[in-house]
Amino acid sequence: MIGLSLIEIRDGSLTRGGRRILDGVSIDIRPGQIVTLVGPNGAGKSALVKVALGLEILDRGEVRRAPNLRIGYQSQRLVLDQTLPLSVRRFLTLTHSQPVTLLQQTLADVGVPHLLDTGIHTLSGGEWQRVMLARAILRRPDLLVLDEPTQNVDIMGAVEIYQIVARLRDDIGCGVLMVSHDLNVVMAATDQVYCLNGHICCSGHPADVSRDREFQRLFGPAAAATLAIYPHNHDHTHAPDGSVGHGDGRGHEHGHEHHDHGHH
Amino acid sequence: MTVIDLLSFDSFVVRAVAAGLGVALIAGPLGCFVVWRRMAYFGDTLSHAALTGVALGILLGVDPTVGIAGIGLVMGLLLLGLQQQRRISTDTLLGILSHTALSVGLIVVSFMDTVRFDLMGYLFGDILAVTTLDLAWIYGGGAVLLAALAAIWRPLIALTVDQDTAMVEGAGRLPVRLTFMILMALTVAIAMKVVGILLVTALLIIPPAAARRFATSPEGMAAATVLIGGTAVISGISASFIWDTPSGPSIVAAAALLFALSLAAGLVTDAAHGRK
Repeated sequence: MIGLSLIEIRDGSLTRGGRRILDGVSIDIRPGQIVTLVGPNGAGKSALVKVALGLEILDRGEVRRAPNLRIGYQSQRLVLDQTLPLSVRRFLTLTHSQPVTLLQQTLADVGVPHLLDTGIHTLSGGEWQRVMLARAILRRPDLLVLDEPTQNVDIMGAVEIYQIVARLRDDIGCGVLMVSHDLNVVMAATDQVYCLNGHICCSGHPADVSRDREFQRLFGPAAAATLAIYPHNHDHTHAPDGSVGHGDGRGHEHGHEHHDHGHH
Repeated sequence: MTVIDLLSFDSFVVRAVAAGLGVALIAGPLGCFVVWRRMAYFGDTLSHAALTGVALGILLGVDPTVGIAGIGLVMGLLLLGLQQQRRISTDTLLGILSHTALSVGLIVVSFMDTVRFDLMGYLFGDILAVTTLDLAWIYGGGAVLLAALAAIWRPLIALTVDQDTAMVEGAGRLPVRLTFMILMALTVAIAMKVVGILLVTALLIIPPAAARRFATSPEGMAAATVLIGGTAVISGISASFIWDTPSGPSIVAAAALLFALSLAAGLVTDAAHGRK
């Protein structure tokens, strides 16, 4: 199956400014698969994304990309300087010209068909997230990389964005690598969750809680179908300095070795 | 002096206006990027280093403009190199480079008492003393500079909006940032003929700041910046001619006045919209 991966990172380590940011991380994204990366602040989620994008080079380990892989990227840090005047149309075509019909169609796909000639500084948080998503999908990518696409959006806005992403995955069959700041509530359509804290703490599938009464009452039936709980299964704990200690002694279910931390 | 004398091409006034408008044309689009990319402090570093460039140019017997552009390039490369370490932030690095360069320049100049050296002219500019050779530099160098900027315009805008996204979309293949740094060094070398070392950054950032309110696209803002810069140049030279004020500071003061007017216009329109 390795030959089919869009991106495969094997045993990747990254040290910056004397700090070990990634430590022996392995992930794998296949066509049509939705992979969600969760983890606390400073866990190295964005660093791992940059490695996948080729913007950061690993100190150790290996990155394999499918040949001619086309990536659509929505950056977490894209904050526009107020001094730079820009319309949505211009924002979407910064690096590649596109026919207007495609621009309008793509904006309609993400639910904001009326924004083409709006100045981007006047957009709301939710509209801005959708416009950035539109830019990421505009060139029909093989892999969609979304770094916290639901940032500054309320829970219903997040549900809508997740629905758009799931539909896009079905429509163009792209793989999706998504970073989420929420440790427990992830997109229900996620095929694989990786919990990252320097290393992969655990990985697995989100639990199907869409029919759970409490969950439905909390988010409403539509949202409950879109969201899911990811049950973490850690075999270790992290001290405040990030070092790893023994956890509650539960099983080593998702088999991950931590030789470097000397707790074996 | 008659009106005809004043307007003949030999007249220093005509040369001054031609030089000033040429510099406004070059500094406009470049200055927009300085504002968008928050590089005002880098502009200061380049211009402070220019004094060393002038001194080296005179010592080596080459045109000071070449010396300034060369030293500017060295500063840019030095900064790129120093940024590779991450312990000391860019604004601190720029502060170190900027003031070291100015100090070294002043020390070198102090050894040059055998050469006639118009320090005040270099520090504050003397547009009324512009020569035909200066004009050739401004228009010849300016044409090359603007052509190069046009060539990297699109990827540079994309990289300015967000570097990572632009790189992923394939905009980082050309050495766009290095080219931009060279263009900035050249612009400072050319623009300091008009306003001097200490005021070059003002000419780069005040007109774009004044133009922001009137623009809805990057190109529109660049055009509005050129218009505002040109207006500041003509107003400043006129003031300098009529009241015998120093030319460089007069141009910068005129630009600041235009910025204040644009700010006031903005407050008035915002208030009008607020009432609706």
